[in-house]
Amino acid sequence: MSKVVSLNKVKGLFKDDMTIMIGGFLGCGTGEALIDTLIESGAKNLTIIGNDTSFVDKGIGRLIVNNQVKKVIASHIGTNAETGRLMNEGKLEVELSPQGTLIERVRAGGFGLGGILTPTGVGTLVEENKEKITVEGVEYLLELPLRANIALIKGSVVDDFGNTIYKGTTKNFNPMIAMASDIVIVGSQTLVEAGTLNKDMIMTPGVVVDYIVREGK
Amino acid sequence: MNPKEIIAKRVAKEFENNQLVNLGIGLPTLTANYIDKDIKVTFQSENGMVGMGKLAVDDEIKTDITNAGGQFVTIGDEGAFFDTSMSFGLIRGGHVDVTVLGALEVDQHGNLANWIVPGKMVPGMGGAMDLVVGAKKVIVAMLHTVKGKSKILKDCVLPLTAKGVVDMIITELAVMEVTKEGLLVKEISESISVKELQDMTDAKLIIPENLVYMKV
Repeated sequence: MSKVVSLNKVKGLFKDDMTIMIGGFLGCGTGEALIDTLIESGAKNLTIIGNDTSFVDKGIGRLIVNNQVKKVIASHIGTNAETGRLMNEGKLEVELSPQGTLIERVRAGGFGLGGILTPTGVGTLVEENKEKITVEGVEYLLELPLRANIALIKGSVVDDFGNTIYKGTTKNFNPMIAMASDIVIVGSQTLVEAGTLNKDMIMTPGVVVDYIVREGK
Repeated sequence: MNPKEIIAKRVAKEFENNQLVNLGIGLPTLTANYIDKDIKVTFQSENGMVGMGKLAVDDEIKTDITNAGGQFVTIGDEGAFFDTSMSFGLIRGGHVDVTVLGALEVDQHGNLANWIVPGKMVPGMGGAMDLVVGAKKVIVAMLHTVKGKSKILKDCVLPLTAKGVVDMIITELAVMEVTKEGLLVKEISESISVKELQDMTDAKLIIPENLVYMKV
């Protein structure tokens, strides 16, 4: 069975209370057609994991504005005033994680690791309620893995088996969240036949991809 | 010359050949305009590239190539793209030679606060916490005071970005190094006296005998 499906088909996968990882950095590398579909699904009380909450009219930002999100785990929310407003009103829970820590938590979740040790955040608010471990005289925070029910990936060139190439700075969180979620949906900017990609350039192997939808051609 | 230009020009003198440099958004980014043409540095952008060039205009714009502020940028021949894990591997792994960033507060122990004003502004730390922990040299580039109040304190009041990580502070009035003994003034603006500088600074300054004027 082909992994290439309609946006309507993946709409049925989104349920209330799910945890969803979404690729992108201020919207660059976010599949907007997938965001449209998630909005149309009406799924609520979502936990969203991503680098940032983008802008009010872009990427993750649109889910925040549409009040579908209960909790967001991100490194930065400053470009979307709605995130801050909802947080201050007690309508949205925000967990801030340093960017380098956040991506390694996702990597740990996807790579079968029990957590990671990082010096980032030692001596700051970030260390609250976390275990500190000293290795060879250096203090580290134990940061725990993250996983999700669904990952929404944006691929620049994708073959119909799901092998994915990311162009430019669209890579960001995409390759890691593809490893850390039960269901992986790739929105393809350009869709090609399996076997036509240069296999040395593939960053996400299609074996981890469940569904492919068209973002572009 | 306006104060920000003075700061950017002075910071630009800190870069050495072949360094990998990460510039924060805003004033730190301006420093790239003033680097001596004989000095070749490579810029990293934490959203996933090294070799970042100038902002892209007109037909240079490729929507898949943005900087950490979301603007379209160019990439040089030496450049490469990668994912966030690799990007922060470069940062945390000590491969970035210099990072320049702004601050809300910095203190004489090298503590830095630049990510949150509780109850008022909570943008998040983004990549700043990793950058200051991982980069070999951390330069804070900022105005000396805000609304007449010193931003250089004995002890930071705001929640910290990191402890004891700042190496150098460059303002429009002085160049200071964080040492075990405290803040050592290396250069002072010709526009003020040592006493005036101390009066405008909450932290106790160490004034060496060989203090020189700040040249930009």
